Amino acid sequence: MELTRKEEKALQGEYGDGLKLAYKILVAIGNANNATKLIPIKWAHISGVNFNTIGEAGVKFLSQLNKETKVKVTTTLNPMGFDSKKDNKISEDFKFNQLSIINSYLSLGVKPSFTCIPYEIFDLPKKGEIVSFAESNAAVFVNSILGIKSNKESSLSSLASAITGKTPYSDLLINELRRPSVSIKPEIDIKTESDFGLLGYFAGKIANDICVGLEMNSESLDIINSKAISAGIGTSGMCGMFTNKINDCEKISFGKPEITDVKDDLNTAEKGDLIVFGSPQLGLHELNMLGHLTDGKKFKKPCMVFCPRSVTECNKEMINKLRKAGADITCDSCTCLTPLITKNDYDSIITNSIKCAYYMKHSNKIDVSLKDMKSIIKEYCE
Amino acid sequence: MMNIFCKKIVGGKAEGLALLSNKPLNMLSMLDTKSGEIKDKEHDLFNRTLANRILIFPNCIGSSVGAYVFYSLKINGVNPKAIICTNKCDIITASGCAISDIPLVDGTGVSFKSLNKNTKVTVDADNQMVILGTL
Repeated sequence: MELTRKEEKALQGEYGDGLKLAYKILVAIGNANNATKLIPIKWAHISGVNFNTIGEAGVKFLSQLNKETKVKVTTTLNPMGFDSKKDNKISEDFKFNQLSIINSYLSLGVKPSFTCIPYEIFDLPKKGEIVSFAESNAAVFVNSILGIKSNKESSLSSLASAITGKTPYSDLLINELRRPSVSIKPEIDIKTESDFGLLGYFAGKIANDICVGLEMNSESLDIINSKAISAGIGTSGMCGMFTNKINDCEKISFGKPEITDVKDDLNTAEKGDLIVFGSPQLGLHELNMLGHLTDGKKFKKPCMVFCPRSVTECNKEMINKLRKAGADITCDSCTCLTPLITKNDYDSIITNSIKCAYYMKHSNKIDVSLKDMKSIIKEYCE
Repeated sequence: MMNIFCKKIVGGKAEGLALLSNKPLNMLSMLDTKSGEIKDKEHDLFNRTLANRILIFPNCIGSSVGAYVFYSLKINGVNPKAIICTNKCDIITASGCAISDIPLVDGTGVSFKSLNKNTKVTVDADNQMVILGTL
């Protein structure tokens, strides 16, 4: 990888330890991914905020970053472990470590957004511009729906890109590589957000590539379904983009046997003790849908709704309605590796999210009853 | 003695005894960060420690926060002295070695079959060279 003279100096430590370390990370990743150079970015979105994701090593690493080190571009943060304005049932040890992580990030000058759907909240760069998104659903969404370019970044690479304002020029940042070699052809009618999620999960698993083709009309992809596909793809593999622009591709059909297969993988319970919405966090569209479906009704089981604080502030009326229906609105956090839902309290949960189902099963070891939002409300609301 | 060209991923130079595996490592789920031992019964390095060795293995798999496990190993003084990836070098290993100052080279396509437990390996990442010699 070629560096400019200034980048080379930064790598040697002439501009401080923070930049030296950040360039070291980017050069290593660039070398591994055969990047030819570093290229400026408009925005970095950092993952590895929840203490459950980065652990004690992450806490130590972040706390030793030089206090003079600052981010160079707009930088937003993924969810943390709990709701900062609530009395959460969390150990003191977790709280202590979580606050240390947040302080380290804040001292770099990042926005405490605590969201995994930054594309629904912040002003977007123009089509074709480059960002560094470490949250997988967000990287897939901006590449596929908004035409903004990002590789599927990691906690460390997005942090290094925030500090330098640059990312290695490779993979999905190069137009010629934003093309699929495998495409998925749905042979069944895909209607609910959960089925779109299963399609995404299947596509990500099968593709084994940075881009996958999906043979479907753009009209069927509203924001709710696009989010569900993006989260599914981001959960199951290395893929960072889907497209319906398909040329010479290996075609793979997605029919009844395939959807049953992926569903059986994640749907491990008939019923559940807790309803969970969010992963990705709900935006205005999903909150409206949930609000309409539950209008005048009450949840028969406890229900947790994960959404960004800024979204709750945009539509307080809807949030109050959902609270009246019995929903517990939880901000700053999400279901992915959450310490808020444990095996001690729940044997199984009910959700419409493929990403939530995957992490509940694999990280929290909790069984999942997977159903779409309408069916959940029909069964568990009166 | 044998000199092999390997692409530099993270700079530095180190020498030590080889620890060879044909299986990928999931850092987050397989490592005991206190001892540096691999605790996955299915892995061919089960109960072996990475400490002070030159790790030669295909690549890492799993969550990208596995990179922080290399940092843990370093803090606990049980990190490998250097690493050679024999499959495509992945970003977990690359970023993990970068923050932990572990020299790393990409040895894709190189056969290390002739190595035995007495083979000394020198990884000279700055000069993109791996030197194999017997103790």
